[in-house]
Amino acid sequence: MTTTLSTDTVDVDGEGFLTNPEQWNEQIAETIAAENGIAELTDRHWLVVRFMRERFLGTGTAPSIRSLGKESGVPIKELYQLFPEGPAKLAAKIGGIPKPKGCI
Amino acid sequence: MTELIEQPSMLSDERETIEKVAIVVSKGSLEGIYPALIMANGARMEGIEADLFFTFFGLDAIRKDRYEKIKVATVGNPGMHMATWLGAVPGFSALATWMMKRQMEKIDIPPIPEFIELVHDSGVHLYACKATVDMFGLTMNAFVPQVEDIISVGEFYEKAAGGQIIFT
Repeated sequence: MTTTLSTDTVDVDGEGFLTNPEQWNEQIAETIAAENGIAELTDRHWLVVRFMRERFLGTGTAPSIRSLGKESGVPIKELYQLFPEGPAKLAAKIGGIPKPKGCI
Repeated sequence: MTELIEQPSMLSDERETIEKVAIVVSKGSLEGIYPALIMANGARMEGIEADLFFTFFGLDAIRKDRYEKIKVATVGNPGMHMATWLGAVPGFSALATWMMKRQMEKIDIPPIPEFIELVHDSGVHLYACKATVDMFGLTMNAFVPQVEDIISVGEFYEKAAGGQIIFT
């Protein structure tokens, strides 16, 4: 399945997560964020999104919410303020990586 | 031959979603507490509202003097697959607990005190059951600061209204 975000055509799964992280760019991130209720990505949002993406590209798995809270530089409470609908899930979606599979 | 029975499908194409859960924790063993914490955290990760209500020995999960010492039940637990007398050997429960904690750390599941803080910071509300608190002669002082209030079963139902209730 493909979809068009801003001006790019990208491969996505049934829930709108990019299946090919290489097709991602910052305009796509902003478009996905806006579609998911985040009107503007602040520096704090970007910190989380980049951390998610880099960790996934480096290790092949998205970080748990626990390590996101400990290592991204953004504490748990703020993560939920930035991404009320679920920080790990939404930051992965905006960062152009697959939906996290872990339970934590 | 096995036959798969079709479950009735919902009339509309729109899939229903869970918006809110209230989880009752009634057991004080490691395997009684963890599923509740994992489900509460998992709910928040999906953007679902979650409350935790601790009752009977489940209160151990939020008691300052006990929450760091939660153990696996090695006696009367058929899931351990071993003789009952072995589970009763002094130190065996501590050993089983240590082994299980080590496995959990490997898959990034936090110890109970850190997990309580994590779910609280994620927006989960934690409550202690009034009947049990009175029965054990406890006060708010007995509990970790993440506990919001001691509430009656009636108040629990009020808070749980409109959501799903899970009992562990």
